[in-house]
Amino acid sequence: MERKIRVLVAKPGLDGHDRGAKVVASALRDAGMEVVYTGLHQTPEMVVEAAIQEDVDVVGLSILSGAHAVLFPKIVDLLKERGAGDKLVIAGGIIPEDDVEELKKVGIANVFGPGTTTTEITEYVKKEIASRSK
Amino acid sequence: MVSTDDLLKRFTDGDRTALSKIITLVENHESSFPDVLDRLYPRTGKAYRIGVTGPPGAGKSTLVSGLVQRVRADDKLVGVIAVDPSSPFTGGALLGDRIRMQDIGIDPGVFVRSMATRGSLGGLAEAAGDVADVMDAFGQDIVITETVGVGQCELDIAEACYTTVVVIVPESGDAIQAMKAGLMEIADVIAINKADREGADRIARQTQAMLELRGERNGWSPPVICTIASQGDGISDLFDQIEKHRVFQTESGLLKKHRRGNVEATVKAIVESEIHRKVWGERSLSKLHSLVDEVMGGKRTPRQASAEILSMIDGR
Repeated sequence: MERKIRVLVAKPGLDGHDRGAKVVASALRDAGMEVVYTGLHQTPEMVVEAAIQEDVDVVGLSILSGAHAVLFPKIVDLLKERGAGDKLVIAGGIIPEDDVEELKKVGIANVFGPGTTTTEITEYVKKEIASRSK
Repeated sequence: MVSTDDLLKRFTDGDRTALSKIITLVENHESSFPDVLDRLYPRTGKAYRIGVTGPPGAGKSTLVSGLVQRVRADDKLVGVIAVDPSSPFTGGALLGDRIRMQDIGIDPGVFVRSMATRGSLGGLAEAAGDVADVMDAFGQDIVITETVGVGQCELDIAEACYTTVVVIVPESGDAIQAMKAGLMEIADVIAINKADREGADRIARQTQAMLELRGERNGWSPPVICTIASQGDGISDLFDQIEKHRVFQTESGLLKKHRRGNVEATVKAIVESEIHRKVWGERSLSKLHSLVDEVMGGKRTPRQASAEILSMIDGR
């Protein structure tokens, strides 16, 4: 049986805009993945707990409030602390170009900003997971 | 890759990451899964299993979240299995039950796992039952399985639960007529959720009347409870009724009978899936394809073709 890719789509922080997260979640589902959506206003602890309970392969973080520089590294650290540092962590939303390199340094594998097509994201996830399971 | 022994040891020590990994390997039927389940089985049998089912949008997840909090007030550990459908076209699934379970998000006494139906009917019951076993073995006192109730698969899952709660809403009205044949028959407790909406009293009365018409079964008549899950109203009453049903089943010996029936169904399901796997090996599949060609060519009938395959198996 082909192993299903499981993805957590999470909205850490306080902004209430999840249109983008929902579009991405639907695109990943339509690409044949099992997508768990957390809903709005998640603390890093909640995101990490959900990622562990659901044993997802991928954690997708969406943020539009500007708190990424604080929340994303915290999520990555907590995942490592809980023995789940092997998950692919990707991000999207309103994230300034200048911050992307910093985020990549702390363990965010890729950042998808405005203008990204859903196909770019689904293809990226498929490729990454396939290369990991080899 | 972690070894099974290591994983099981961490599981026994109460490591939730290990619990999660074991659920995955069971759900995916990875090669070690029969061995893992066999080793965990002696630890199972302690958890009380509750099923929650009903039409989409009835508020099942919110209700489950409320029930979990009620159970946690007694300091008991809870496992939740939230089942959502997979798309038959892409195989993907959007699992959104956690959205309604924010209040139990980081409680270390709660473990929530979302599962997709993955296109199987009876097979889902098997996988969900296995996952419930794993949570039971981990030490959860109560395991709640939540499913959308419109088809056949939730009936199997309900059978694997000791108390089944059917959730409906005032708007269900006519839908109940269509569903009562299947859905209402499996109900041990009925929750009329969103009871602050118009028509709640009426549907509660109708449901009650319908149940009275049916009469008691095995000495239990399902109570009808009005709830407003989003506000926490009626959750305590609902829990009391579940508890009452548990005590009733335990004292009347029905629980033991139920468990026995469950074991029988599980053994049968495993045998059937193994037979299926064995029958459709490489040899019989290639035979099948050549036989299909012969049927298409008018040389045989489908029945003759299947007799050929069956004789292959008998002759082994």
